[in-house]
Amino acid sequence: MALLSGKNKRALYDPLIDNNPINKQVLGICSALAVTVQIKTALVMTLAVIFVLGFSNLIVSLLRNMIPGKIRIIVELTIIASLVILVDQVLKAFLFDISKQLSVFVGLIITNCIVMGRAEAFALQNKAWPSFLDGIGNGLGYGLILILVSTGRELLGSGSLFGFMVIPQSFYDAGYQNMGLMVLAPGAFILLGLIIWIQRSIFKYVEED
Amino acid sequence: MEHYLSLFVKAVFVENILLAFFLGMCSFLAVSKKVDNSFGLGLAVVFVLTITVPVDWLLNHFLLRDGALAWAGFPDVDLSFLTFISFIAVIAAMVQLVEMTLDKFFPALYSALGIFLPLIAVNCAILGSSLFMVEREYSLGEATVFGFGSGVGFFLAIVSMAAIRYKVRYSNIPEGMRGLGIAMIITGLMAMAFMSFSGISL
Repeated sequence: MALLSGKNKRALYDPLIDNNPINKQVLGICSALAVTVQIKTALVMTLAVIFVLGFSNLIVSLLRNMIPGKIRIIVELTIIASLVILVDQVLKAFLFDISKQLSVFVGLIITNCIVMGRAEAFALQNKAWPSFLDGIGNGLGYGLILILVSTGRELLGSGSLFGFMVIPQSFYDAGYQNMGLMVLAPGAFILLGLIIWIQRSIFKYVEED
Repeated sequence: MEHYLSLFVKAVFVENILLAFFLGMCSFLAVSKKVDNSFGLGLAVVFVLTITVPVDWLLNHFLLRDGALAWAGFPDVDLSFLTFISFIAVIAAMVQLVEMTLDKFFPALYSALGIFLPLIAVNCAILGSSLFMVEREYSLGEATVFGFGSGVGFFLAIVSMAAIRYKVRYSNIPEGMRGLGIAMIITGLMAMAFMSFSGISL
């Protein structure tokens, strides 16, 4: 496996837990939370971000010697925006319902700091293949948090997973109630705060002010 | 007039762009460590939003939406797939324009805003407001009020967040919770507080 050895492997696995883009690098929180009421939308969003991140890193890295330094941000934005348009059109054509639910948040992948951040921090200095893996890895790390938050929100907020009820009716008869807070915005903030706490306690990472 | 006022209140409090739609979180978390900086960024966002949302409305209305090119003799052309790329270009250009105008005519304000002005081009709140404006089919007047209201909402949220974080510095927080963790929890509590406005209708 020459393609996945040593440094390349790290580029792919590192962002998953250790150097997670949301938890550690504090990037891309904007769109991360709005789509997490249901697992289904979170999953589609994750796939879209992985696609955009992987290919934007690949293209930026291929063009890195041709892009003049002064206008690189505009060039990067154009590449990212074109990829996002592609994703948006595909979603509208094949997954219309989900695309309606995601509404403006597909478009907001353009201004998702992860995509810009990885293009600037990694793809501009590295060869095409590691950059592509770095993009995929960061996308997966982002997706991991998205799925975790959405699982918590859907389970606690509506008592279901992937739209299937998992909390038995007898619980409701016995007085159990769905937690309305989880469906609303504050639930997402608090859940993400708790996930960050758990992850940082495990890895003993302390942020100093 | 009443309609505009109600739209404004809704954009500032009930549907706060940051606390209800999570837009602009990156700069919100990064810049809310100091009150002065957050004040500057908040002002810049109000400024840019008030200008870009109506400009994007004009662009969408006369060029991009389905059948918008009827005035030029192309009633069947639908350019709406170009929305994202043209909005982001408008935002980048507007930020540049605002920066140059401020530099020329209001040097004091320009130096106060400093680095935050160029950063606004990649703030999700700006692109998000423009896209919401298209999705909700506002008129030109509504779009202007909505842009201004969203900006004020962002300003309010980021300045109060910076003030809270300033106080939080003296408290004894569990180690893993310091920094980002506690910031998320505070934001959650703030979002809850803002939700109590949702009963208001004018």
